[in-house]
Amino acid sequence: MAVGLPENVFLTRLDAAANWARSNSLWPMPFATACCGIELMATAASRHDMARFGAEVMRFSPRQCDLLIVAGRVVMKMLPVLQRIWLQMPEPKWCISMGACACTGGVFDTYAVVQGVDRFIPVDMYVPGCPPRPEQLLAAIIEMQQKIMRTGTFRGSEFSGRTSPTGPPPFDRDEVRRLQEATPVAGLEIYTPPPRVAQPS
Amino acid sequence: MTCLALSPPLSAPIMLEFKTLHDRFGYDIAESSFCDNRRIVVPSGKVYFVLEFLWKELGFDMLLELTAVDYLEFPEATDRFGVVYGLVNTETGERLIIKTHLNSPELRLPSVVPLWRSADWMEREVFDMYGIEFAGHPDLRRILMPDEFTAFPLRKDYPLRGRGERHNFPVITRAES
Ligand code: SF4
Repeated sequence: MAVGLPENVFLTRLDAAANWARSNSLWPMPFATACCGIELMATAASRHDMARFGAEVMRFSPRQCDLLIVAGRVVMKMLPVLQRIWLQMPEPKWCISMGACACTGGVFDTYAVVQGVDRFIPVDMYVPGCPPRPEQLLAAIIEMQQKIMRTGTFRGSEFSGRTSPTGPPPFDRDEVRRLQEATPVAGLEIYTPPPRVAQPS
Repeated sequence: MTCLALSPPLSAPIMLEFKTLHDRFGYDIAESSFCDNRRIVVPSGKVYFVLEFLWKELGFDMLLELTAVDYLEFPEATDRFGVVYGLVNTETGERLIIKTHLNSPELRLPSVVPLWRSADWMEREVFDMYGIEFAGHPDLRRILMPDEFTAFPLRKDYPLRGRGERHNFPVITRAES
């Protein structure tokens, strides 16, 4: 049965249509906690103009966003907030970890700073740099669009396979080594030794 | 030690005579100076009375700072903690540093919030970071660290990278969120 297609009507798969729509209207949730946030703002401003890629609508309510951009270091007190924001975002959603701090903790290897948000929330794209140039963030957004086009499905079933955390396990061997660097000072009775953690086998 | 006098010399006469402190509070009060800082070291049992005297009688009406120092492994230090009060007399511009020493387990000082309201958050911060308690503080809670935090991070025996508190969170994977 040969039926001619009327003008302006296309045939496609549902997945491809959804991916096309989603990837070209990524609405970012700017989770800007530090200096990287300034670069994020610069990316949105006229010179670099994120609007060219359909991602200019920064929403400050997670309910209206589908791209979480973690820009800056996340401290212990902020991490529950970040996780809550991630959980509040409607599906389908993606996450860009922007800058050395969000990816690994950066130079802030201290007791209060989370060593990479990917240990506790899923991350799709990492942007290196301290801070990354706006071009780098734009490249990540373009890459994100391509990834959505490549792997996206209408029902979001590509997400269900990711059952393990994106980042390294929170207590890796390296961390145990760091814990043990706190050696008790001999002869000081005021010292209270830290609790020992068993070595992983 | 050389030092530059950055601020112009005070026009008002120095009001505080060290001898009056000695006469009133006994002879276990020591004085020293560095540049234009005058420092008075007071035993911890007397610090509240000395501060009250300085405010009520000598007009040190402003508490500029209240902080603490951990002297663990500090050469020649005999006490573990020092608590430092920086006072200003806003009439004369005179400044004074009051210092007291504490050792565990008696990490307790009387709160100076009744004298200066500005001590409120500063005492909370010292409590948060060093675990020094201020008896009589109206609301002695942690101010910077989360409430569940149990350690005192600015103590020198606390490891720089913590004891794993920064990893103590649930992990959200993509499949479950
Ligand atoms: S990566 Fe660099 S620019 Fe970005 S938040 Fe960290 S320190 Fe700031």
